[in-house]
Amino acid sequence: MAIDPSEARKVAHLARIAVADDALPALAAELNGILHFMEQLNEVDVDGVEPMTGVEKMRLKRREDVVTDGHQQAAVLANAPDAREGFFAVPKVVE
Amino acid sequence: MTLNTLAIAEARDRLRGREISAAELTEACLTAIEGAGALNAFVHHTPDIARAQAAAADARIAQGDAPAMCGIPVGIKDLFCTKGVPSQAASRILEGFRPEYESTVTQNLFDAGAVMLGKLNMDEFAMGSSNETSVYGNAVNPWKLDQPLTPGGSSGGSAAAVAADLCLAATGTDTGGSIRQPAAFTGTVGLKPTYGRVSRWGTIAFASSLDQAGPMTRSVRDAAIMLGAMASVDPKDSTSADRPVPDYEAALTGDIRGQKIGIPREYRMDGMPAEIAALWDRGAEMLRDAGAEIVDISLPHTKYALPAYYVIAPAEASSNLARYDGVRYGRRAKLSAGDGITELYEKTRAEGFGPEVQRRVMIGTYVLSAGFYDAYYNRARKVRALIKRDFDEAFAQGIDTILTPATPSAAFPLGSMQDADPVEMYLNDVFTVTVNLAGLPGLAIPVGLDSAGLPLGLQLIGRPWDEGNLLNHGAVLEKAAGFVAKPDRWW
Repeated sequence: MAIDPSEARKVAHLARIAVADDALPALAAELNGILHFMEQLNEVDVDGVEPMTGVEKMRLKRREDVVTDGHQQAAVLANAPDAREGFFAVPKVVE
Repeated sequence: MTLNTLAIAEARDRLRGREISAAELTEACLTAIEGAGALNAFVHHTPDIARAQAAAADARIAQGDAPAMCGIPVGIKDLFCTKGVPSQAASRILEGFRPEYESTVTQNLFDAGAVMLGKLNMDEFAMGSSNETSVYGNAVNPWKLDQPLTPGGSSGGSAAAVAADLCLAATGTDTGGSIRQPAAFTGTVGLKPTYGRVSRWGTIAFASSLDQAGPMTRSVRDAAIMLGAMASVDPKDSTSADRPVPDYEAALTGDIRGQKIGIPREYRMDGMPAEIAALWDRGAEMLRDAGAEIVDISLPHTKYALPAYYVIAPAEASSNLARYDGVRYGRRAKLSAGDGITELYEKTRAEGFGPEVQRRVMIGTYVLSAGFYDAYYNRARKVRALIKRDFDEAFAQGIDTILTPATPSAAFPLGSMQDADPVEMYLNDVFTVTVNLAGLPGLAIPVGLDSAGLPLGLQLIGRPWDEGNLLNHGAVLEKAAGFVAKPDRWW
């Protein structure tokens, strides 16, 4: 499984990271180097092994179904690069 | 002797005995920090907070009910959210971010009376082994040859600050070796606790199933004291374990007679430097002389830990770092006329993330994408299960701790890996990454100097939740090694 520049463009777009066209071949080569390193995993016999999801089996914690926090609009917006009228502001999304 | 060079344990006793004040101790550290700009360890300074906390600590000590960390000045890795204080994970994308809340770890330390001196340098989002991916520029190792050396990474600022006596201790985080490798590179002690021992709430996430915060100190006893203050049962972290926090310092009995210490043969890698192999043998002898039984063990899947890690950690990172979108916090790229929401995301993330972070986010995106999920991600998680099983079987045989080298080399020169393949840098984690994959506690201890005069460390790996016994073994090794060397001051 090798990544070519057009596959690299697809990955960059999925990751929402702008990559200039002329940087795609180098990016593809780098990603291939790392993927090649990972190919070693194919040597391992993993038949019948369950994928590990956590280091210790524990029951997900439960708590009372009550409101514990809220009314923090100012704090939530305090670090926004652009906040207006109590909302996060972004470029127009709907035409 | 200046106060900033004290160990936590000594400082605590002298504070309680009213021989020194937290205010004096804090001033000594602030002065040391001011004179250490060349190390680039502290990247955000909080002297006002430190002085106010020191005054409060002195008042508390005067009342006679001060916990062990009360009045102890510490540095905080930039990965921890600290209320009102810049917390940007050494990334450009979090420029200007001042959290509106406090991480559980820093809150626990403050509740115990600790004093925050400032925020410490690190690799961007904790991705790196040399501190060179930091937006602040790299921290520098106080240990020096004719050229400046890396303090290691990602907790390189923490390690440099502790080694240079800028603070009594520091917080670190460890996803693949980020506490233990810098500790080994700087002649300090670093502990990665069992996964779930220390709350991750408010610690900026890299790989959530691997990340764990821990203490970086100048002695094993100090690591025991500080872990006791950092650890807690936290309802805000669903992976925080429901286990009471024991008195780790009380576990330091100095008696390891009859304990079984495993030496895993797979860690004797091809091309291991002779000095590292000799140090490892010497460490085993020291523990044997102290009455422990040294047992050869096998951890057969060791070789596959690094490739499994470099699938799992980037996969989790790509998901965790999706939140940096230039909308809710941090830095937004300048947009051109007509740019829409996609350009906002893509430009913000291209400008905000450095090359290593971009690389890992994209690798993670790839291994999680349709068609490759089973081939890479699921396979890596199966290999992870086998790596954990190796350790489970060793412990089931009665092994109490496992002794390995901490790093494959001593600290290397800054810039020396610039043209290297990214995979070469990843090899730094070869002895530490298995411990994160298995969720175990791991402790790096300085044991000797190499022929060039640089510190070398060994790692002890413990059973899950057995930090007390692990620290006890570490204290015995520390005492036998008698490592007292300090870097000559050049900064």
